[in-house]
Amino acid sequence: MNAEQSILIALGLPLIGALGIALAGRINANLREAVTLITALALAVIVWGLLPELMAGERPALQLTEIVPGISIAFRIEPLGMLFAALASGLWIVNSVYSIGYMRGNRESHQTRFYIFFAIAIAAAMGIAFAGNLITLFLFYEILTLSTYPLVSHKGDANTVRSARIYLGVLLTTSIGLLLPAIIWTYYAAGSGDFVAGGILDGKLGGPAIGLLLGLFVFGVGKAAIMPMHRWLPAAMVAPTPVSALLHAVAVVKAGVFTILKIILYIFGVDFLFAEPSSSWLLYAAAFTIIVASLIALRQQNLKRLLAYSTVAQLSYVVMAAAILKPLAEIGAAIHMVAHAFGKITLFFAAGAIYVAAKKTELQQLRGIGRRMPWTMTAFTIGALSMIGVPPTGGFVSKWYILAGAFQADNYVAIATIIASTALNAAYFLPIIYMAWFTAEPSTPGKDHGEAPLTMVLALTMTAALTIGLFLFNGPVLELERQLVGGAP
Amino acid sequence: MTELSHHLPALQVVVPMLSAPLVMLLRPRGLAWAAATAASLTAFAIAIALTIGVLDGHDFSYNMGSWPAPYGIELRVDAFSALLLLVVTGASTLALLAGRSSVDAEIDPQRQPLFYTAWLLALAGLAGMSVSADAFNIFVFMEISSLASYILISGGADRRALPAVFKYLVMGTVGATCYLIGIGLIYLMTGTLNLADMELRIDQVADQSPTLVAAGFITIGLALKAAVFPLHVWLPNAYTYAPHGVTVFLAACATKVALYLLLRFDFFLFQPNLAGHDLQFAYFLMPLAVLAILIGSAVALFEHNLKRLLAYSSIAQIGYITLGASLVSLTGLTASILHIFNHALAKGTLFLAVACLATRCSGLNLSNIAGVAGRMPWTMGAFVLAGLSLIGIPGTAGFVSKWYLISAALGEGVIGGLLVAIIVVSSLMAVVYIWRMVETAYFGTAQADAVSGEAPAALLAVTWTAALANLYFGLLSWLPVTLSTSAAELLVRQVP
Repeated sequence: MNAEQSILIALGLPLIGALGIALAGRINANLREAVTLITALALAVIVWGLLPELMAGERPALQLTEIVPGISIAFRIEPLGMLFAALASGLWIVNSVYSIGYMRGNRESHQTRFYIFFAIAIAAAMGIAFAGNLITLFLFYEILTLSTYPLVSHKGDANTVRSARIYLGVLLTTSIGLLLPAIIWTYYAAGSGDFVAGGILDGKLGGPAIGLLLGLFVFGVGKAAIMPMHRWLPAAMVAPTPVSALLHAVAVVKAGVFTILKIILYIFGVDFLFAEPSSSWLLYAAAFTIIVASLIALRQQNLKRLLAYSTVAQLSYVVMAAAILKPLAEIGAAIHMVAHAFGKITLFFAAGAIYVAAKKTELQQLRGIGRRMPWTMTAFTIGALSMIGVPPTGGFVSKWYILAGAFQADNYVAIATIIASTALNAAYFLPIIYMAWFTAEPSTPGKDHGEAPLTMVLALTMTAALTIGLFLFNGPVLELERQLVGGAP
Repeated sequence: MTELSHHLPALQVVVPMLSAPLVMLLRPRGLAWAAATAASLTAFAIAIALTIGVLDGHDFSYNMGSWPAPYGIELRVDAFSALLLLVVTGASTLALLAGRSSVDAEIDPQRQPLFYTAWLLALAGLAGMSVSADAFNIFVFMEISSLASYILISGGADRRALPAVFKYLVMGTVGATCYLIGIGLIYLMTGTLNLADMELRIDQVADQSPTLVAAGFITIGLALKAAVFPLHVWLPNAYTYAPHGVTVFLAACATKVALYLLLRFDFFLFQPNLAGHDLQFAYFLMPLAVLAILIGSAVALFEHNLKRLLAYSSIAQIGYITLGASLVSLTGLTASILHIFNHALAKGTLFLAVACLATRCSGLNLSNIAGVAGRMPWTMGAFVLAGLSLIGIPGTAGFVSKWYLISAALGEGVIGGLLVAIIVVSSLMAVVYIWRMVETAYFGTAQADAVSGEAPAALLAVTWTAALANLYFGLLSWLPVTLSTSAAELLVRQVP
């Protein structure tokens, strides 16, 4: 099997899986779950199988169709996309294991629909990861939005539908209203929208137009949740927790920052953007989002909403790192995508486990829960430490690189933001950890409970292990992402 | 060229026209429908054959009764008319294939043969307008198609169609009269009715002021027929109260043929001969197009009746077509002509899905379709696909024309930037009005009296064929893009 076929299979496999889930769902729930797991495993094998070629410096490409002359649906794998695809496909397996426990433990309705749209969303994420030009990326970006809508509105009651409408409204409005015009402008100015190392806009645009185009792109990618386009993310928390975990901590939001990274690296080009003063606002916008979102998180009483605002802040870390426009910071941005994914999915898994086992959603209810759910809360603690950036977790590695990049650029705004937000992260995560482990349970426990179902505990232990693993064994990731900034393969 | 293919332009009109009286005689149940469908399919096949010929690089010219061109009636088929023929005959065929069950439900069996006769006459008229190269002959076909469509629209059981069709009749007649006056003026000056001949002779006329007056009359007359804002008032009610199959047919192509003539007359006849007319044309149409886009979409936002909502969206979409033309550039015209094709696809599919809904819902207000998606998943699936195409999401046909339109606008400097903003805003409005329907269908609470089950299989199959065509032409848009690019080249070549 060559790499071109692998691309096609990676895109088609989740779709075939979705079909299989639909058919199996009519027969037997266990069979349906087996189809999900087998599809996820097979996808991971295919995607991870591409890694050696990428490591060797290959860039597999494939053109599917040409819509009109100059505009094609085409794919090209490069290190950043490889990282995103590997991340999403790998975590899909863990998340499926977790979903089975969660959906059954909670006795959710419409489970078949849930797994079908989940698989379609993964296919869209693969399309985004491998997209070779802006139009292809946009196509799958929209498919991802539309396929996650039924997942967000899963419960179907009035409140959920209202939140889902905010979700869809923000994401569709920003993408059609800002991103699409930006894409068309790029094609018009540069004559193409292909992702080329070093960018395609050098010499085609100049002056304030660059800052404006960058603004259309950054705010058009609503999935990256740069303020004020972040409203959809807290709204999406009405979804079942596995959706929040994989999609709103990994696939969807990472698709957003991934898109911004791709645009900065392959459409504008780092050096071109660094030389242009009108693009410097991006760093401030990201810094503002980090600080304000952290402050809002500090005031949250609902665990999932707190995690959502923490995600908003952490996404802007990636954007800010990219906006520093120095090689080390770009590597830091890529690693932070991974580190945050591992840490945040662990936190969401823990929140979902608490909900299934104890039906608790508010921070105040978590007193003394560590003794009842030691595995879950240990994983939660590891995830939280990674958010703060404490060794030995993955969050430390990425923060290290981002800081190094900031020093490379003598960018004191970025340095100050990182320090301030580290303090804020600690301020909202440490009290939870303290409460869970070191305070006594209220004298009248609402419900006598132990750990969540085994599959859920298994999944969250795995992601917590990955969070620590990223600290200890980050060599391959670094090696791959060094290629982003011109390092030898 | 073989002997038969030489006659294709004539057969395009003759087949439906001669089938019409035959259909009237077919009393037994179902036969009239079968014959009309067969005639329409044949016409579609002829349109495809003509398109293949045009793509091979030879345009068709046919002298009726072998009378040579300026004296006899000439039929011409080039890239532009081929595209229109595909739309007209394709829409008619799909609507007929799909429409049997909905026609059975809406029209008295006794009257069905007459109904199908009128259908074929409307088809013949629209096809005739697309192929004819003779100004007066075009008028005759215009009247045939108009009279037949009045019958079609008022053919259903809904009595509210009668005032709607009366309004359409009055406005349509005014439009046709304006057109006829314009043609009369030009005939006075040139002594010819053949379009190609007119082109040659009109610049030999010493005083061009009658030409300008003629341009005014013809433009207004055709704009009325094409429902160019603010001459669109006949359209919403006519589409809303017509039988569902008729709405599919007429919404996809009736106004488009008038737009086609409008562009043809202006670019072939008036712009080369009237000094500064390209600016007149642009400044006349552009504000109207912008208003149509904004007001049509805005009204659609607040409409509750599905068919009327889609009708107002059509007014906005006609605005896109005229906006592209008003840029008077190659890309602009390509966008405009392409959108004739793509909008026909998207709106035709939407109305087909509405016809599906109508078979199972007690009415066509938003409240009637609440929660219908659970019972009619296939219908709503097609509806969502076509809705995405109407919005212009990549991967669907609607995206391709919007891409061309925005590219054309970007070439116009500051005004272009404004136009892009308007297109974007109206696309967002389309998101909202499409999503209102989709959300009601998926999340609304179903009414107690709701009938369960999907639409009839035949109707559903055609709806999905059309929906998949939206995807196909969104990913492989070679055919419509090639045709509309060469059509736009034809038009632009005329402008000095």
